[in-house]
Amino acid sequence: MGKLFAVVVTIITLVATAIFVAHVWWLPADIAVHGPAIDHQLRETMVSAGLLFVVSQLALALFAWQYGDRKDGRPIKLFPGGAMPMVVSAIVLVGAEILALTFVGSKVWAGIFQSPPDPNSLVIDVQAEQFAFYFRYAGPDGSFAATHPELINEASENYFGLDPAHDVDARDDIVVPSLAIPVNRPILLRMHAKDVNHSFYVPELRIQQDFVPGLVIPLHFTATQAGKYEIVCTQLCGLGHYNMRAYLEVMPQEQFDHWLKDKAAQQ
Amino acid sequence: MDHAATPAAVHHHAPPQGFLRKHVFSLDHKVIGKQYLDLALVAVCIGMALSWLMRVHLAWPNLPIPGLAKLSPNGAANGVITPEYYLSLMTMHATIMVFFVLTSAPFAGFGNYFLPIQVGAEDMAFPRFNMMSFWTTCVAFLVLISSFFVSDGPALSGWTAYAPLSAVGKDAGPGQGLGQTLWALSIAIFCVGQLFGSLNFIATTLDLRTKGMSLARMPYSTWAWFITSVIGLIAFAVLLPACILLLLDRVAGTSFFIPAGLVISDRLQPHSGGSPLLWQHLFWFFGHPEVYIAILPGFGIVSTILPVFARKPLLGPRTLVGCMTAIAFLSYTVWGHHMFLSGMNPFSALLFSVPTLIITIPATIATLLWIGTIYGAKLRFTTPALFCLGFVSVFVSGGLSGFFLAQPSIDTYLHATYFVVAHFHFVMAVAAMFGIFAGTYFWFPKMFGRMMNETLGKWHFWLTFIGVYCIFMPMHYLGLAGNVRRYSAFTDDYLKPLIPLHRFITIAALLTGAAQLIFLYNLIRSRFRGPRAPDNPWQATTLEWSTTSPPPFDNFGGHPPVVSHGPNEYGVPGAAGDYVMQAASEPARVR
Repeated sequence: MGKLFAVVVTIITLVATAIFVAHVWWLPADIAVHGPAIDHQLRETMVSAGLLFVVSQLALALFAWQYGDRKDGRPIKLFPGGAMPMVVSAIVLVGAEILALTFVGSKVWAGIFQSPPDPNSLVIDVQAEQFAFYFRYAGPDGSFAATHPELINEASENYFGLDPAHDVDARDDIVVPSLAIPVNRPILLRMHAKDVNHSFYVPELRIQQDFVPGLVIPLHFTATQAGKYEIVCTQLCGLGHYNMRAYLEVMPQEQFDHWLKDKAAQQ
Repeated sequence: MDHAATPAAVHHHAPPQGFLRKHVFSLDHKVIGKQYLDLALVAVCIGMALSWLMRVHLAWPNLPIPGLAKLSPNGAANGVITPEYYLSLMTMHATIMVFFVLTSAPFAGFGNYFLPIQVGAEDMAFPRFNMMSFWTTCVAFLVLISSFFVSDGPALSGWTAYAPLSAVGKDAGPGQGLGQTLWALSIAIFCVGQLFGSLNFIATTLDLRTKGMSLARMPYSTWAWFITSVIGLIAFAVLLPACILLLLDRVAGTSFFIPAGLVISDRLQPHSGGSPLLWQHLFWFFGHPEVYIAILPGFGIVSTILPVFARKPLLGPRTLVGCMTAIAFLSYTVWGHHMFLSGMNPFSALLFSVPTLIITIPATIATLLWIGTIYGAKLRFTTPALFCLGFVSVFVSGGLSGFFLAQPSIDTYLHATYFVVAHFHFVMAVAAMFGIFAGTYFWFPKMFGRMMNETLGKWHFWLTFIGVYCIFMPMHYLGLAGNVRRYSAFTDDYLKPLIPLHRFITIAALLTGAAQLIFLYNLIRSRFRGPRAPDNPWQATTLEWSTTSPPPFDNFGGHPPVVSHGPNEYGVPGAAGDYVMQAASEPARVR
């Protein structure tokens, strides 16, 4: 029975590890300036966690194989040195690993979430609601109009609660259901939630951030590859949660300028 | 109180005569322990059935499930599960499993039955509180289940019930009416029951230990239940007021968790001044320690059972108790790792990340101690032993994925994906279940005076062990590919290629679930037909094996044991067997 256990654990360990190593299922190609740092951190963690996984599962398998009760009167063997060497090595090895991961990982995290946005960032307002995202660009005047929650109305497509009747600034704000951005240009999203919690997740961008009602949360990134990607909601927001998505279109600067001009003309 | 009276005499009560006092409103910790385990058994059957429905829906979203339309005409007209009903199934699955299975069985169930016996007491310190604890929990369960039958369906905002979705009421959509109120009410009631229970465990451990049962001689399972009850006392004391505030937001118009300016279903909400993040802080201040409430009894059970079948003392017993204590302390410093991306100050992510990574050190040491215990052992591969070995394997698999999620920089990508689902199922659900299975096969003879069938037990182990790896290991791959959790269907372009893997998981889940019927059959049949169990079938040392199977009403037949040995005396050279029982009279040998 011990040998069977050892064989099963070994097979499980090797198959699971092989699938990880072969990248049968893996992250999509990254398109963010900060992406390689995250991928690197993930690979480092994968290697160290993978080593611990293989070593401890195989040790378990080996001992189960070797130390079955054969009723031969052989005495038990105590672990050499008792518990102390294990305690010390666990603290030293795992501790060193934790220090290393934290030291590098904190910089990666701080680079995304704690660094100030580039002053030349393109600022875009995002409104998340059950079950859609809306994006607001400042328009030709370069300024965002004030919003009034009591004016929010789905039927008249006033998703942000703008007041164009009384507010000149509001008349040129551009509101669209998909996020168009220029490639290689720093972007600053200002995230608002209309009703409940939502989240902004683009796997290719290696970024995720919750929308929280009552808070305006800044999020900044720079995309490096033109293309069309999916923005999905990752914070449970109600029955349509699975279907809440928008597209991220990363385009060359000239194409983006055209797009913005077109949209401004339609306002 | 009369100081001359011994604790046992103070708490002595006569065996009950009437049916109600004997079997229903019993004050006997053994009956209450079995009641908790029976409740957990009912709950786990429901919870697993819900997960079956979810898995089938994820793999084949349009497949009508026969009979489901009858059970839920709104949620599954024609037998096809609606998105909102899927979320309700998910919410109820998690709530039932976390509270009524993973907390009720290993902690309240086994703890109630065996903690008093393992310390040599006649009963818990407060038998009436103990009875109230179970019946309160039972009421909480009935309240939760009743939400299946309300008009707009059970709660659907997940077991975490994030506000404002959970707080604003009907406007937020289906499941946010009476169902969500019943959810919050049920959990609040549950907290009360757990507080009664935790107080009882602590008082019993500290006050009612028999002569000679010093803390150093306490079995590791008792240590685990004691430490768990300390965690529970603090954690549930936070969740209880959080649930009361949530109820007030829902029914009394307060705004603890609801800020101003929310527009839901085109209606400006009449709330202002609340904070959605406050709910998250309160919930996770309970929620993360809850993970250890589920798993630490497993630590204790495995540390007690493994030496029995290794015929060898546990390696580093004091270190193990130290690890459990360290985990208990650290468990209160890590809750923010659930909130890295919640919008709280990003600087605090770094502060929460460090203790989360540090908690892996005591967990690693505990694992090494178990593996080191097997080294040089004379392993007897009984069913409980196999489940202990399986526990170590799945705990390693689940624990290591914690390394990823503890780092905010990686959580940025993996948060809210199936990687997280894989992580917590392995480390908390499957590992804790393996602890429960090990405990059941190990203690069944003591509880019912009959043996369970070993052949069926082994089949159950192999199918479950291989099954859980087939279910949960692929979820890591899904997570790496960016597969978001809590989706009732995968309609996004990048998720469609992952559906075949979901189908594989579903088939594995159905088969593994079916394998649990072997356990259920074994459990029920052995209760009535199993061969008679001797007093100490496994040649174990702890006090429950010094009394009859099952124990008499006062546990030791009027002769409280006197303890002169630790629980770890296995492989003792020159002993009559190869072990010395805790209550054995000969002096301890020096090794």
